Amino acid sequence: MSVNSTLTESPAPTGQPAPAALPRLLVGVPLRGALSLEEHIAIHGPLPATSGRGRRRARERAALLIDEIERSGLLGHGGAAFPTATKMQAVASARRRAIVVVNAAEGEPASRKDRTLLERLPHLVLDGAILVAGAVGADEVIVCACESAKEGIESMARAIEERAVAAERAPRVHLNAVPNHYVAGQESAMVNYLNGGPAKPTFTPPLPFEQGVRRRPTLVNNAETLAHVALIARHGASWFRQLGTPSQPGSALVTLSGPLADPGVYEIEHGASLASLIKAAGGSTARTHGALIGGYAGSWVAGELLNGVALSNEHLAAHGASLGAGVVLLLSERACPVAETARIARWLAGQSTRQCGPCVHGLDALATTIEEIAGGVVQAQAGQRIGRLASLTAGRGACGHPDGAVNLILSALETFEAEFAEHARHGPCDRCARPPELPMPARPVSQESTRGMLARR
Amino acid sequence: MNHRARVNPIACEAHGMCAELLPERITLDEWGYPIVDGTPLQDWQVAHAIRAARACPTFALLVARERTPPPLRGRHGERRG
Repeated sequence: MSVNSTLTESPAPTGQPAPAALPRLLVGVPLRGALSLEEHIAIHGPLPATSGRGRRRARERAALLIDEIERSGLLGHGGAAFPTATKMQAVASARRRAIVVVNAAEGEPASRKDRTLLERLPHLVLDGAILVAGAVGADEVIVCACESAKEGIESMARAIEERAVAAERAPRVHLNAVPNHYVAGQESAMVNYLNGGPAKPTFTPPLPFEQGVRRRPTLVNNAETLAHVALIARHGASWFRQLGTPSQPGSALVTLSGPLADPGVYEIEHGASLASLIKAAGGSTARTHGALIGGYAGSWVAGELLNGVALSNEHLAAHGASLGAGVVLLLSERACPVAETARIARWLAGQSTRQCGPCVHGLDALATTIEEIAGGVVQAQAGQRIGRLASLTAGRGACGHPDGAVNLILSALETFEAEFAEHARHGPCDRCARPPELPMPARPVSQESTRGMLARR
Repeated sequence: MNHRARVNPIACEAHGMCAELLPERITLDEWGYPIVDGTPLQDWQVAHAIRAARACPTFALLVARERTPPPLRGRHGERRG
């Protein structure tokens, strides 16, 4: 996969001198290896001061940054699109000293953006982490990267070392590898893991912002979100808003994969058309059934609708989709959408951390029912059974995993209704035997990797 | 004073006591896990709900009075938003 700096649809410059157009995050991204601290400062300028002389000044600056982020309208890039400033305010108003966790667990199998940031632009992420740490009064930053992102971990470790030489009153920064399974990046799972437990979600409340790592108020931010903070602190909210839509300002990293000349990580403006993104990736090399948008908790958009799709949550809502963590996956017409859905449903059932009964049993039953349809062995009233299982599964776990999985399954059934009906009547098609197109990391949630108390520091 | 019943799905092991003791609010799904009506309990149901919560072998049923969240304040007491 490649990293590309691309795509301006309607830059709408308003006469500001600061560069409003794309690329923003990916400006100067090296083809290999990471930007050094020196190169990073040469491109973006030094980190704006967060701590002035005296506590009063520091406090004022901190409040200013949170206000600026609020005005920028920055939404979290981990998938939930939660307003970043609201989260920061909640942590800042807690009494105890806070901790900042950088979430680069990136459990989404088709997403590459966070590991790309760690690998190529670690200082942009660190800038953001140090800035929010100052703003919420944290003296410690913990960077959590997926254990499978070897290069990202190495390059982030080097970046932290580079910083250690220069730092004066900066927060301490640690780097942690977290298990490579789908749910490990969920906020409470990550906090639980950092506290020495398994990387499994916990029952809330308390939410991490109330009581997180070592019972301290904990701000968990996605790595890309923090990279945006690093730029907002330098150029301001109105600069940030020059791209994107009023309700979803700014740019986003999107991992685009499927039958394309040049799949990879692209920076787009929110609201850019999917067609322009595909064009930037050299165009598609095969006809497609459709696009899966938002990853494995996301939704399908049928092939014939793809030309009209704009990549903002407001627009995608009309298709029942959202951008999630910025995953766009095209499925070629060579693949069988029914067989792919059956495999994904089984994989998602396997990614349950097996803590909540409805998730364990519901996802397993759903996967079985889909497999039966794919194999042409259909029980009576399979459609009704799926509807009932979906309502028994979604919303009944401690985390959002069952909800996301159900969303994907229902979306596939709706989008590929004809193909499912065909399989139910006639059994497997010629394309069913083709190798899977949608990525599924082989490693299941092994008890070993999640039991906790692993050597971590 | 709105009381609500809620299940901790991680702690729940599908013993089913809650559905026996609070059938007005709780039914069981096909695997034996409770489906809880999360709307505010009526006054006469509160005592029954608390009895059901105490009877749960894994303490997975929770009955709590609603709390209104305090207004967001800055780190040092200044108002935000």
